[in-house]
Amino acid sequence: MQNLTLLDGQKFQITIQRLCRQLIENHNDFSETVLIGIQPRGIYLAKRVAIELRKILPGSNIQQGDMDITFYRDDFRRRGAPLIPSETKMDFIIEGKKVVLMDDVLWSGRTIRAAMEAMLAYGRPQKVELLALVDRRYSRHLPIMPDYVGIEVDSIASQKVVVSWTETDGEDKVVLLSEIPNI
Amino acid sequence: MAELSTRHLLGIKGLTAQDIELIFETADRFKDVLNQPQIRKVPSLRDVTIANIFFENSTRTRLSFELAEKRLSADVVNFAASSSSVSKGETLIDTVNNILAMKVDMVVMRHPYAGAATFLSKHVKAQIVNAGDGAHEHPTQALLDAFSIREKYGDVAGKKIVIVGDILHSRVALSNILCLKQLGAEVMVCGPTTLIPKYIGALGVKIEHNLIKALNWCDVANMLRIQLERQDIKYFPSLREYTMLYGLNKEILDSLDKEITVMHPGPINRGVEITSDVADSKQSIILDQVENGVAIRMAVLYLLAGQTP
Repeated sequence: MQNLTLLDGQKFQITIQRLCRQLIENHNDFSETVLIGIQPRGIYLAKRVAIELRKILPGSNIQQGDMDITFYRDDFRRRGAPLIPSETKMDFIIEGKKVVLMDDVLWSGRTIRAAMEAMLAYGRPQKVELLALVDRRYSRHLPIMPDYVGIEVDSIASQKVVVSWTETDGEDKVVLLSEIPNI
Repeated sequence: MAELSTRHLLGIKGLTAQDIELIFETADRFKDVLNQPQIRKVPSLRDVTIANIFFENSTRTRLSFELAEKRLSADVVNFAASSSSVSKGETLIDTVNNILAMKVDMVVMRHPYAGAATFLSKHVKAQIVNAGDGAHEHPTQALLDAFSIREKYGDVAGKKIVIVGDILHSRVALSNILCLKQLGAEVMVCGPTTLIPKYIGALGVKIEHNLIKALNWCDVANMLRIQLERQDIKYFPSLREYTMLYGLNKEILDSLDKEITVMHPGPINRGVEITSDVADSKQSIILDQVENGVAIRMAVLYLLAGQTP
């Protein structure tokens, strides 16, 4: 495996900051907005964005939850074994609210499709937006586009994009993993 | 990713401690689903058809399985033996194969004979879930009982559970013993000598004939019904005498040194093995058991169906 660091250190921090500012542009004080991180890896992004927004907008009520989409996936019975589901923690009502779905890496778009279905179990939002820290372009299986993007990456299917977080992995980093071709 | 070590759920006997833990973790998440504010179902099993075949009466188990299947978006067909061609002389394999010919993926079966589910699993293609076979096993009941204990105490290991009543005719008792032992709990059985199987000690359980002593020992008491329909001879002089010696009432419950938890797999015979004030008391988790039953059955069906066909 060959690793290429796409984002780390201060640049990572600036990217998160920029995403927060873009969100504020559209959502003002977030009184009508909820942030939902998609389990398992999108929750760290949503938590980080919520922390930064609370710093920028002190006194505002930023609502953030975790949503698991395992039971809504379209590859059940088509993969080796079922995936272990994670916890869903949403202590708010999304009915009539603006929802920002967040995931670390947007690739095929299938997770987002499942997330949109899972979300409906919690009510009918007024509007749904998508924020992705990494957008792997030209790899979509479904007509899904993000509204906010941290970084765009052109990659091939055999490559992998991994996002690390200080909270769980020790540092903030986006890495592109490529297999070394056999020569 | 994680997978059960078995393709069918025939009994607790075929499950490892890891299997049981996986079922519990999955059931935790299905409890979240059942508490969702708007839509309390998921689409996971939308391309799976399940037949519920009941050769013996059931209310709770059949309803619970059917609800679990519907909450998973499976297609469900129900079959009750009393209104079928079984009464015209058709064999079990023929009945089930005819149902499978209509493209059914899983079969949930209750049968009055021990081993019926295992027998079926060897002769038909579908995945089999045992919903009770005679006096043998009732695995989903044992799983939901252990899950309810885990929910109440955080862990099953090290807990002391006494099963009181008709151990001899109870599939719930055997499955519970196997499941609780597998999870590291201490188990005792309590009842009249005639209703305790002779070699039950070989399963590693304690035996006690005095209800008060048993209750003073335990953290949880699982009260079983006297299964009069399975009793070919008289095992005790009268139901009244049984109630006097083995019935749990509020007076006994309040006289104990500690607050124990009371369970019952249902159906309850109020005033026989348990009085109404106990069944409806704060110490009773009988209705939690029923609620957890749906989540446990969703987890079992989900994990089995998720295996690559």
